[in-house]
Amino acid sequence: MQHIWIVLGVLFVFLNIAAGLIWVERRLLALWQDRLGPNRAGPLGLFIVLADTLKLFFKEDWIPPFADKQVFVLAPAIVVASVLMGLAVIPFAPGIVVADLNVGLLFFLAMSSLGAYSIVLGGWASNNKYSLLGALRGASQMIAYEVFMGLSVMGVVMLSKSFNLTAIVEAQQHVWFVVTQPVGFIIFFIAGVAETHRLPFDIPEAESELIAGFHAEYSGMKFGMFFIGEYLGISLISAMTVTMFFGGWLGPGFLPPVVWFFLKTFAFIALFILLRASLPRPRYDQLLGYGWKILLPLVLVNLLVTGAIALWIRS
Amino acid sequence: MPLLFYISSLIAILATIMVITRYSPVHALLYLVVSFLAIAVIFLSLGAPFAAALQVIIYAGAIMVLFLFVTMMINLGKQTALQEKEWLQLKVWIGPSLLTLLLLGEMIILLLQPQSASLSSAVVTPRQVSMSLYGEYVIAVELVGFLMMTGIVGAAHIGKHKKKNLHRFLQS
Repeated sequence: MQHIWIVLGVLFVFLNIAAGLIWVERRLLALWQDRLGPNRAGPLGLFIVLADTLKLFFKEDWIPPFADKQVFVLAPAIVVASVLMGLAVIPFAPGIVVADLNVGLLFFLAMSSLGAYSIVLGGWASNNKYSLLGALRGASQMIAYEVFMGLSVMGVVMLSKSFNLTAIVEAQQHVWFVVTQPVGFIIFFIAGVAETHRLPFDIPEAESELIAGFHAEYSGMKFGMFFIGEYLGISLISAMTVTMFFGGWLGPGFLPPVVWFFLKTFAFIALFILLRASLPRPRYDQLLGYGWKILLPLVLVNLLVTGAIALWIRS
Repeated sequence: MPLLFYISSLIAILATIMVITRYSPVHALLYLVVSFLAIAVIFLSLGAPFAAALQVIIYAGAIMVLFLFVTMMINLGKQTALQEKEWLQLKVWIGPSLLTLLLLGEMIILLLQPQSASLSSAVVTPRQVSMSLYGEYVIAVELVGFLMMTGIVGAAHIGKHKKKNLHRFLQS
């Protein structure tokens, strides 16, 4: 019974965070750009969330006649499903975890790599050249950055000697892995931004060149699924960063562990939004060149040095 | 958990049949992804979570996305589907089906033997996999590494060419 409550609780909290981020993102962007942002509907403009959700629900749900209907409907569901599955392995506090898998980290990587299908299939099924270009960019970007994402966390695995996320958090009792694995943290975060295709890496949708890229033909709640999927992806990457590099639920005793976890996660969500507010979008070839020519060698060197030091300490 | 094993095996077989019989290449690839996911669940039910995770990450997550990428890039439209329809006729099926049925018969005979291997479920941890890969099979791992390196060198060689006239944004 307790298990079901945890599943429902995680679903409830994260779907609400994803919806609430509509308001948080606009207000924070406005703050950093010296504007006010949405402040009219309800207290502090909070009802913008309600207005936006209602708008998404009541828009015409249009499937273009030239689209591949089944795949077109399937694509937006994949991103939400894969991200929600990824949330299953995250330990929020001692005992509060949906599935404490002993290959939890690999499960997270697997789910985040399945998320790529949503972009690729959505863009292909729309049967529109801008969407197809967005899908091609999305596929190559996700494939490239998945590699660094997987390799950047291997240093953490070496130090904690486990793929289990609870064990990884417990290995950070004395010192957070951000201190011992700074390169791994930076590369994981960059790869995370690229995996969720947020600005500055929103190259698959790039409004200025591809209109909206892979979701140009989507409307109504199908677009809403991409939208919510993106916010859920941000929350997932922030939660994973906290779990692996910032000690998860660990923190001074005056606050309960869950509160520490969510405070840290919110700090990273805010960092995602700050990146969007402040950085320009690189060109497509720059993004891939930067990934393969700089990040891949760096992450391999990081792995080599970590392994050598771990062996040296043990002997 | 033999029930989970049988359900996922059934899904894998059905999905693979769908892969062969679809006319549109992208639909066929989607069924292939489902088949890979089913195989991952088979690994999981047999007590190999590490192999299951790698199956999803490498096959379903990376290789199939690349397949899809290439299929999208050459953008096979309606004509390919029609062509496939022409190729997939009943008489093409007869030979392969007969041979496969023979194999199936052999497998059933083997499975009905009394001393056939039962479904064991000893969990293989990532540590055991790495110990045997870098202990017992280290030479095989290195040879595979050589093989992959030749692939990478070949791809880099084919892919490398100087552009004769650059776009004005790329000059300087």
